Amino acid sequence: MKYLLLIHQGDTPTPRDPDAWASLSEEEQQRVFADYQAINQTPGVTPGLQLGDPDTATTVRVEGGETLTTDGPFVAVKEAIGGWLVYEADDLDAAIELAARIPAARLGGAIEVRPIVDGYGG
Amino acid sequence: MADALERIFRDEWGRVLATLIGFLGDFELAEEAAQEAFAAAAERWPRDGTPSTPRAWLVTTARNRAIDRIRRDRTLAEKTRLLDVPQPVEDIVDETAIPDERLELIFTCCHPALGLDAQVALTLRTLGGLTTDEIARAFLVPEPTMAKRLVRAKKKIRAAGIPFRVPPAHLLPDRLAAVLAVVYLIFNEGYGGRGELAAEAIWLGRALAELMPDEPEVHALLALMLLNDARREARFADGDVVLLRDQDRSLWDAEQIAEGRAALDRAMALGGRGPYVLQAALASLHAEETQDWDELAALYGELARATGSEVVELNQAVAVAEAGDPDAALRIVERLDLDGYHYLHATRAELLRRLDRVDDARGAYGRALELVHSNAERRLLERRLAELEQ
Repeated sequence: MKYLLLIHQGDTPTPRDPDAWASLSEEEQQRVFADYQAINQTPGVTPGLQLGDPDTATTVRVEGGETLTTDGPFVAVKEAIGGWLVYEADDLDAAIELAARIPAARLGGAIEVRPIVDGYGG
Repeated sequence: MADALERIFRDEWGRVLATLIGFLGDFELAEEAAQEAFAAAAERWPRDGTPSTPRAWLVTTARNRAIDRIRRDRTLAEKTRLLDVPQPVEDIVDETAIPDERLELIFTCCHPALGLDAQVALTLRTLGGLTTDEIARAFLVPEPTMAKRLVRAKKKIRAAGIPFRVPPAHLLPDRLAAVLAVVYLIFNEGYGGRGELAAEAIWLGRALAELMPDEPEVHALLALMLLNDARREARFADGDVVLLRDQDRSLWDAEQIAEGRAALDRAMALGGRGPYVLQAALASLHAEETQDWDELAALYGELARATGSEVVELNQAVAVAEAGDPDAALRIVERLDLDGYHYLHATRAELLRRLDRVDDARGAYGRALELVHSNAERRLLERRLAELEQ
């Protein structure tokens, strides 16, 4: 089975917010980088492309044939997707275990695990 | 005959269904095939006699029905494991050749990726063999709501890839705890009045104890349920809750208490000291002729440390007071953060009364009365408060 792991940063400190990032000790910062690297190198993982900040998002709707754009992500900035990866695994247990290793899951964010439908309806 | 047949159906449903799910890899298809096989048995067995190996008959029949269905509907075949299964399948004549996959089934039904409601409903439907309508009635929800809940859960199992297996060792403690929590939740739903659910939970508990004979908490949960359920008849009188110390012991089921204690002994012999062992040990002590309050206080203390539950600490305080130390009991009660819980104030009031702090006791009874919901409990508190003024 293939799973899409959507990383919601939530309150997770990231280098994009230097003040929040500084709240982590240097050792913790190193561990975050090391963990992401280890996850990207896990067999079965296809790392996602890097996304810009949620607050750089533009949301597009079409109403009555007119294209409407709004500033920001579809959901609240805090709930927006910060990153993603694809994981080919035997079952949901394996995907949950990988999700639990993603630093955002323990630092104030959450990972949404979604099965990817392929072929004849999975 | 009808009863005998019903008993076989009851005992075999979970096993047959588990085997079919293991074979087909699809809950929906397995359930339909099992239903057809049981319907065929209900029609034929009374006429032609019960086969010598009923389980083998049921599995073979259900399997053949499922294969027929798949042949009719090729697109369905894409969804199932049957593609890798050699066909055609031979009739099973040896029942020992049928693997018992009920454990795989219960761990799948109680997977944490499913909502608790769904876990409970699926467990009762698949292992317990209850109909959707029976489960709906037991949980006081409309039948279509329950049907939707079951369909959604089965769909998620397939679509999200929830594995049909007993979890590996590193996941087992958490996952077993989830299974036991589901069974105990079913029991407590029944204990609150709907007795058939309590019986169902005990039946599941027995099956688990048979399937996981080396897990102390499994035996302990069975013990806990048996010991509590043994007092069921004595727990209510004219709609009012009867406190343990006032219960008519002749209404207790002595045989079931003995069975519960045997299960507890087994759990302790296996070295168990988990939350269910402690709760079962407490239930066993409460079923004694006279209460050993020192031992009860020590066990409540251990359980409070194991679970971090302040409600358990409140029970510990009661036991400490009954053991003769209301001062120490009051110190426990006063450090608890349970201000919205009427038992805290009722207990505190009782302790203050014993310590002759009448004004403080009056205030605590008043606070308990503000919070109490049940009329029976309210009458009890009002009686206590009136006694205080005499």
